[in-house]
Amino acid sequence: MNARSEHAPIVEMRNIEKHFGPVIALAGVSVDVYPGECHCLLGDNGAGKSTFIKTMSGVHKPTKGEILFEGKPMNFATPRDAMDAGIATVHQHLAMIPLMSVSRNFFMGNEPVKKIAGIPFFDRDLADRTTMEEMRKMGINLRGPDQAVGTLSGGERQTVAISRAVHFGAKVLILDEPTSALGVRQTSNVLATIDKVRKQGVAVVFITHNVRHALAVGDRFTVLNRGQTLGTAQRGQITPDELQDMMAGGQELAQLDDALGGTV
Amino acid sequence: MADTATTDERVKEMSRLRLSLMRPELGGMVGTVAVFVFFLLFAYDSGMFAAQGIMNWSIVSAQFMIIAVGACLLMIAGEFDLSVGSMIGFAGMMIAVFGIVLDLPMWIAILITFVICVSLGALNGFIVIRTGLPSFIVTLAFLFILRGFTIYIPQTVENKTIIGGIRDAAEGDWLAPVFGGKIFTGFFQWLGDIGVVGVFERGSREGQPVVDGLPMLIVWALLLVAFGHILLTRTRFGNWVFAAGGDAEAARNSGVPVNRVKVLMFMFTAFCATVFATCQVMEFGSAGADRGLLKEFEAIIAVVIGGALLTGGYGSVIGAALGALIFGVVQQGLFFAGVESSLFRVFLGIILLGAVVLNTYIRRMITGER
Repeated sequence: MNARSEHAPIVEMRNIEKHFGPVIALAGVSVDVYPGECHCLLGDNGAGKSTFIKTMSGVHKPTKGEILFEGKPMNFATPRDAMDAGIATVHQHLAMIPLMSVSRNFFMGNEPVKKIAGIPFFDRDLADRTTMEEMRKMGINLRGPDQAVGTLSGGERQTVAISRAVHFGAKVLILDEPTSALGVRQTSNVLATIDKVRKQGVAVVFITHNVRHALAVGDRFTVLNRGQTLGTAQRGQITPDELQDMMAGGQELAQLDDALGGTV
Repeated sequence: MADTATTDERVKEMSRLRLSLMRPELGGMVGTVAVFVFFLLFAYDSGMFAAQGIMNWSIVSAQFMIIAVGACLLMIAGEFDLSVGSMIGFAGMMIAVFGIVLDLPMWIAILITFVICVSLGALNGFIVIRTGLPSFIVTLAFLFILRGFTIYIPQTVENKTIIGGIRDAAEGDWLAPVFGGKIFTGFFQWLGDIGVVGVFERGSREGQPVVDGLPMLIVWALLLVAFGHILLTRTRFGNWVFAAGGDAEAARNSGVPVNRVKVLMFMFTAFCATVFATCQVMEFGSAGADRGLLKEFEAIIAVVIGGALLTGGYGSVIGAALGALIFGVVQQGLFFAGVESSLFRVFLGIILLGAVVLNTYIRRMITGER
């Protein structure tokens, strides 16, 4: 509530529809995101989460509907446009290249340049220094800036990707299932990173199908089901069971034995 | 979060030596040393390490280097070009067709050839990008298409498969010596005079040094290696090359213009092949339909010996240059050592295998994969 009353939404998606040929992937989805909040987008597989965030980040053009960014209608032609405006995506399939060093990955696509005799060179000293500093801030201890990303754990890679996006001025950070392949401890590290980033005033859109991960950091929760929104709930107004039921689309989930904990 | 900031007890401290060994060029360096030790032991007296001998294997190595630089950057960008050999034959034939058959000034013939060949490289890249087919298949098609034209064109217009007379036609031209000339001739004359380099004892060239200058071929090789190395390691474009080959999708997500990088690397490979062809045509004075056979594989082998990964995203231009040096030294060295020349292939196979095994091990150390 707090963020909501003080600020205007940074991104407003109104009645977004996306059709792929005969398939209706999104049938009128509306979501707004405020600076400094963590907005969780929940949904089961095939609910349209990925299509929705790809629309937000400029990969797909909506078939119908409006996207407002900082109050103005936006028409992103490419992901690059969205990125330049300040919408960064950390993908499920990480935007990290295992064979390349952390510092080369960190600055991939945004390499700092130093001119020597008029020729622009990649300023590796600056890149290395900045990388080490940013990694220290996030609590990752590197052997050196030339350490390959392949040697990092999954959680560390997510953290590198997130801190990279924030370093390059992301105002909206879209995280596509950042915790889905991680262990318990690594997940908590990533959730802590999300919290740090949110406190810096960045709007975080956190996509997940894990209710517990969402409730751990989320301020608001929007559930997608079969291409439609089932409404947005505030933190504290919804229980894990209700969220879980909404994700299943009102259908009863397979009843599990009490020995299995009741719900999935 | 805080506890991860302290040193991870499961990461072993690595020794400085081990760290200094962790570079893609290591396989190439070890191979180079091994090859030189081998020939210093077995072929020292053969003249291999006299001025003429050095020039001999330097030229052969330089030829390999020129095409290896292109192949290396392209491979790191995640693609192959199997049409390099055919491109060499084709480019040479184009120079002959424009310069001899159509009787254009040599510099125009050379420039037109460069434009055509680099465009063909772009076409290769464009097809790969547009269709999403493996570049292996697309450039294999071009291997045959270009070789076919290289045989068809001279047969149709001149009724033969070799077009000569290029040296005479290039006489007095301003651009031809950039590929076929020699520099530092005064310096080599001086070396001859002071006795560092042998001089001819008799005949029409009496008193001239046996090595009378540095061929432009070698200059091109060194320039291309330096250019490729700096481009790859010191520019943002170089980072994009690694990224495009390492994971094209991840690179695109980060805003790297992957398609542009790949097409440009195809064009650069074609450019290198054309440089090779032009130097060769100027040296021989003729263009032949069979020039450049198997060069694509020799380029790729040199690159792989140099530590590059066949699947892209990892490698070194310096390594590729060392691979080319190994290639040239072994090929000519076996001749000097008086070894049956067919054994060259055996030797090469062994070196290739050894280098690749070593490189795989180094890469595992760097990336931590198991």
